[in-house]
Amino acid sequence: MKHHRVLRIAAKLLIPFIMLFGLYVQFHGDFGPGGGFQAGVIFAAAIILYALIFGLENARKVAPTRIVTMLISAGVLLFAGVGVVPMFLGANYLDYSPLGATQQSGQHIGILLVEFGVGITVAATMIAIFFQFAGRGRDE
Amino acid sequence: MFLAVTGFAILRLHSLFAVVMLSGVYSLIAAAMFVALDAVDVAFTEAAVGAGISTVLMVGALSLTKQREKIPVHTPLLPMVVVLVTGAALIYGTFDMPNFGDPDAPANRYLVDRYIQESPKEIGIPNIVTSVLASYRGFDTLGEVTVIFTAGVAVLMLIGGARRRRRPDSRAGPEATRE
Amino acid sequence: MTFVLAHLNYWVVVVLMMIGLYIVVSRGNLIKKIVGLNIFQTSVFLLYISLAKVAGGTAPIADERFTVYANPLPHVLILTAIVVGVATTSLGLALVVRIREAYGTIEEDEIDLQDDEE
Repeated sequence: MKHHRVLRIAAKLLIPFIMLFGLYVQFHGDFGPGGGFQAGVIFAAAIILYALIFGLENARKVAPTRIVTMLISAGVLLFAGVGVVPMFLGANYLDYSPLGATQQSGQHIGILLVEFGVGITVAATMIAIFFQFAGRGRDE
Repeated sequence: MFLAVTGFAILRLHSLFAVVMLSGVYSLIAAAMFVALDAVDVAFTEAAVGAGISTVLMVGALSLTKQREKIPVHTPLLPMVVVLVTGAALIYGTFDMPNFGDPDAPANRYLVDRYIQESPKEIGIPNIVTSVLASYRGFDTLGEVTVIFTAGVAVLMLIGGARRRRRPDSRAGPEATRE
Repeated sequence: MTFVLAHLNYWVVVVLMMIGLYIVVSRGNLIKKIVGLNIFQTSVFLLYISLAKVAGGTAPIADERFTVYANPLPHVLILTAIVVGVATTSLGLALVVRIREAYGTIEEDEIDLQDDEE
């Protein structure tokens, strides 16, 4: 698809905004609709669009398979790790209240971190799966 | 209604590419339906996932397989009977269900009142779905994330390695090991 | 008539579920089976979300101007179920791709035939 100039320029314009929108959805999930699951998918969609327009090889340079694979587990670890921290502060597993000065701010911090973990895992998984499907037929 | 029409179209079509595209349309209509039912978060997810990512993945899988479905030779009478019996039983079951939008339905009482009234005070964020998702039901969500993680790892294991040459006559045997 | 209107949502769900089940059972093509499973899945999502609808309610984002909200709990369950659904769908597609590489076909009866020949 390298010779489609319209597509290339439109994609170049769109991708930063898609990513920005993904981050907005990620961190605005407390106030409006959104959250880690949606943000992860939107972010992955930006990378997939890049891969579709500029070719898989370039996309692999942007998001190296090794790093993507590591991020899949990093998200789960972040989630589980945020759950462990309150245990050291005398609360139950995944009870975020002691993370902040007040109960509300503690819950807020906990939810933000947990959603971020969800977002990382979802985005990395989707990108990794897409790379596998797209790269499958061309290795020969 | 549109959903049912799209579903029938998917059933009848034999071109797999059209089927995959229609399933994207189907997801988008489902997302619109979720908005009408006040589930904005769910609609958001369905639109991004169903209409976006899963269509792309299916097209990717199609490019690795083939485009057309074989026309079935025999008339599938038995499946039709099974499906009709199941549907009739389910419709019979719905006669006891609460009315649509009933605020006193068992699913809409008890715990839910507490979430709606207390969560803005306890958690301090307005989106109740997010606070239930990440805080009250954190364990659930952790489990879901682990499922996604496992699915991702499984896909990497299944088709992540180097491509093995297809051998039409001898599939089993020592050469089945990869690479 | 009011009874029909109050239960129409369940019946739509049942019809969608029947379509999905029929595709899964009667079609031999593996990709079409996965699409059928997706339809089945969406019908279950719709069932949950329509259970969560409260007449006169609004989306569950707290604000002083509203008092009646839709039930947030099914939304949470379905939200995660959708994303898990796409992860499992991709796993199914990966299996189909592997089957295609091993057998050269994605039609169920041809796979059976090849197995019988051995």
